[in-house]
Amino acid sequence: MSFWLALGLMIALALLLGAILGVAAIRFKVDEDPLVDKIDAILPQTQCGQCGFPGCKPYATAIANEEAEINQCPPGGDDGVRKLAELLGKEYKPLNAENGAEKPRALAVIDENICIGCTLCIQACPVDAIVGAAKQLHTVIASECTGCELCITPCPVDCINMVDVGEEAATWKWRYPVIRLKKVAA
Amino acid sequence: MEMALPGDPAQEGGGVSARPIYRFNGGVHPPEHKLESSGTPVVPGPLPAQLVLPLRQSIGNAAKPLVAVGERVLKGQSIAAADGSVSAALHAPTSGTVTAIEDRLVAHPSGLAETCIVIDSDGRDEWEARTRFDWRAAHDAGDGRAIRDYLRDMGVVGLGGAVFPSHLKLAGRDALDTLIINGAECEPYITCDDRLMRERAADLVAGIRIVRQLLNAREVLIGIEDNKPEAAAALRAAIDGADIEVAVVPTLYPSGGAKQLIKLLTNIEVPSGVRSTDLGVQCFNVATVYTIYRALEHAEPVISRIVTLTGNVARPGNVEALIGTPLSDLMAFAGEQTGTREHIYGGPMMGFALPGLTAGLTKAGNCIIATTPAAFPDKGREMPCIRCGECASACPAELQPMDLYWFSRSREFGRAQERNLFDCIECGACAYVCPSSIQLVDYYRFAKSEIWAAEASKKAADKARERHEFKQFREEREKREKAERLAARQAAAAKPATTADAAAAADDAEAKAAKIKAAMARAAERKAAGETGDTQATDAMDAEKRAKIAAAMEKAAARKAHLESLQGGEAPVAEAMDKAKAEKIRAAMEAAAQRKAARDAAKADTPAQAGEADAASTAMDDAKAAKIRAAMEAAAQRKAHRESLQAAVPVAEAAPAASALDPEKAERIRAAMQKRDEEKARLAAMSPEERAALDAERQARIDAAKARAAAKKESEQ
Repeated sequence: MSFWLALGLMIALALLLGAILGVAAIRFKVDEDPLVDKIDAILPQTQCGQCGFPGCKPYATAIANEEAEINQCPPGGDDGVRKLAELLGKEYKPLNAENGAEKPRALAVIDENICIGCTLCIQACPVDAIVGAAKQLHTVIASECTGCELCITPCPVDCINMVDVGEEAATWKWRYPVIRLKKVAA
Repeated sequence: MEMALPGDPAQEGGGVSARPIYRFNGGVHPPEHKLESSGTPVVPGPLPAQLVLPLRQSIGNAAKPLVAVGERVLKGQSIAAADGSVSAALHAPTSGTVTAIEDRLVAHPSGLAETCIVIDSDGRDEWEARTRFDWRAAHDAGDGRAIRDYLRDMGVVGLGGAVFPSHLKLAGRDALDTLIINGAECEPYITCDDRLMRERAADLVAGIRIVRQLLNAREVLIGIEDNKPEAAAALRAAIDGADIEVAVVPTLYPSGGAKQLIKLLTNIEVPSGVRSTDLGVQCFNVATVYTIYRALEHAEPVISRIVTLTGNVARPGNVEALIGTPLSDLMAFAGEQTGTREHIYGGPMMGFALPGLTAGLTKAGNCIIATTPAAFPDKGREMPCIRCGECASACPAELQPMDLYWFSRSREFGRAQERNLFDCIECGACAYVCPSSIQLVDYYRFAKSEIWAAEASKKAADKARERHEFKQFREEREKREKAERLAARQAAAAKPATTADAAAAADDAEAKAAKIKAAMARAAERKAAGETGDTQATDAMDAEKRAKIAAAMEKAAARKAHLESLQGGEAPVAEAMDKAKAEKIRAAMEAAAQRKAARDAAKADTPAQAGEADAASTAMDDAKAAKIRAAMEAAAQRKAHRESLQAAVPVAEAAPAASALDPEKAERIRAAMQKRDEEKARLAAMSPEERAALDAERQARIDAAKARAAAKKESEQ
């Protein structure tokens, strides 16, 4: 008798919990993959395509689907790989040299004497950071330029150069404190 | 650690304040070293041959240059305008010529170059024509904004060290509870505020009253550390009233910090992330108040400041130097001695080592210390943190410096931020007390700038993402619009040229569709008919059949009646017939009577033939009746045949069948005419007797035909 009672209770419990889980699965369904957004937040949004994907979001999607490695983003650098490894619980691996090397942030600068106003760089810029019109001088909005270098190849007169942003007093960072070694007389 | 603060403030230094003085957590007592420079009055600085004026003279945006290279400028002329609200203007400190606007080394710990305006002075120190701004009228008119804009354009910034644009601090609410004038000057070596208060107390008090008026402050307190009794005395003398109170606070670094001074004087603790104005307290440095006074009452922009030159110099003291004076000129002015290791810009606790002396003096520069190894011995080698907690007890911001150090060192910036890293005022008290000689503030500065950089790059990345997504959206939209335009143009082009085709195709399609629809409708009809209408259709058919049958029967009845009338002669058959029939019969009988009369007349004309004719007529009558019967039989057969044909054709053709009878009729008529012609020919060949007999026969036949036609007509009606 007690066996049947236990069995009955267990079945009832299983049905109840199953129903709750079923309702929860529908009710609290997550439409978009939150992982993609989290990965995208770590990526530098340079939109340069060095990872082999047409932009940061497609790369983030590929990482989330485990179709791409986490070490394909040179602008994100070593730091970015570490953050991705931490987020995804993966092993850190050095930046893949095939995708390019980590470079200091640079800014595209158009040589105003050479520019012919062909608009090709405007079309290439992924963040609309180049202003200009056909047969008018183009210029780069420095604050919007991500330094992706996508405008360099389309330029028919090679008038775009990448200039290192370098450091300004306003954006300068205090260094990690180190104890300077001093030469002492032997 | 000497942290003991007196419970009774009256016992302390100045000793005259009746005001209760509270205390803040921690604090340190570093050696003061103020007496070296505080003994001599402020002297005017040198007039350098060249001035280097960095455009970034305040927190916020660097000023925008208003002059061009080669332009001559006068003393007090605005050479750069404020860029945005968090910015302040910059003025020429002396008359001269702008020789360069270029990157020069600036007084910044990075040692980086920034844009500076370089002016070669002409030595005449010629003032620009000035007009006093009637700030009282503006204030009475309630136009606080005009006063603030004026101060911004006069380049007034906080001269305590933070260089926060003062006009923003004057944008107050309706009223302020407490205005605190910060004359604490807690950092060692610095005495510029001390000398200012001692020497220019009257102007300073006038300035305080202006600021009080602008802020509509209820109470004004001047906080002065008790190591400057002369300054306190000078101010008390200058105040000459009860509206401003001088509060002497015990010497304890960093009592000059805004939050610490507020706590000391009002016991208000400004919580993390809250501005003191929200709590009804505002704090101004004495030097700032003095420049506000000079700007509003004398139309003098901020072109100079008092700077303490001390340390390894022959004449330590305070100098009122022009902004932009090369620091090397100042040190030379103070008589720098050999053996200086480095120069500290600011105080020894919060200042930084200058990367070079070619930089120009900035508005933030309150002190330059030439250090010697003797005065500033090397700190001991940095040792591991032993978690002794000395730093925590010294921290005036009540933080846990060892935790901040730990997380900054291990680059766990998020956790450092959680422990309120940004409430650290970088006063250096923790590093001062650290037994392990850890340069704690360096770690905090490192962590802070890393966090700021990360925030800036995050912001930039977010903006880039937004712009990229918008570009994708825009490209998508343009593609769609282009496709739509192309489709519209193609449709427009196709209309005049190949309308027929298109129309035909369309018609075809339409016709097809219509056909399909009709077929479907038919099918539906059929179905309906199969269900309900079938019986109707058969009913209709039956009704027609029945009608035909009825007509046939009627016709037959008429024929019968006619035959009877013919056979029975004058027999009364009227009662069996209806009215119309009876009339026709009567007409027929009349005709018969006429014929009889005509025959009788003919008989009378030819009495000889009369007997014969009578006999012939009776014989002929029999023959005629037989013929008539045969004709009627044939007609009945034809009719039956016709009816059978009619029954075979579909219902829809029932109506045209009537017209189909006509050719048959015409045939019969033709046949009848032919017969008559034949008869005529026979008659012509016959003898007169035969002809007469034939005539009678013909007459009878005509009569019969007439009767038949009448009967037929009647049946059709």
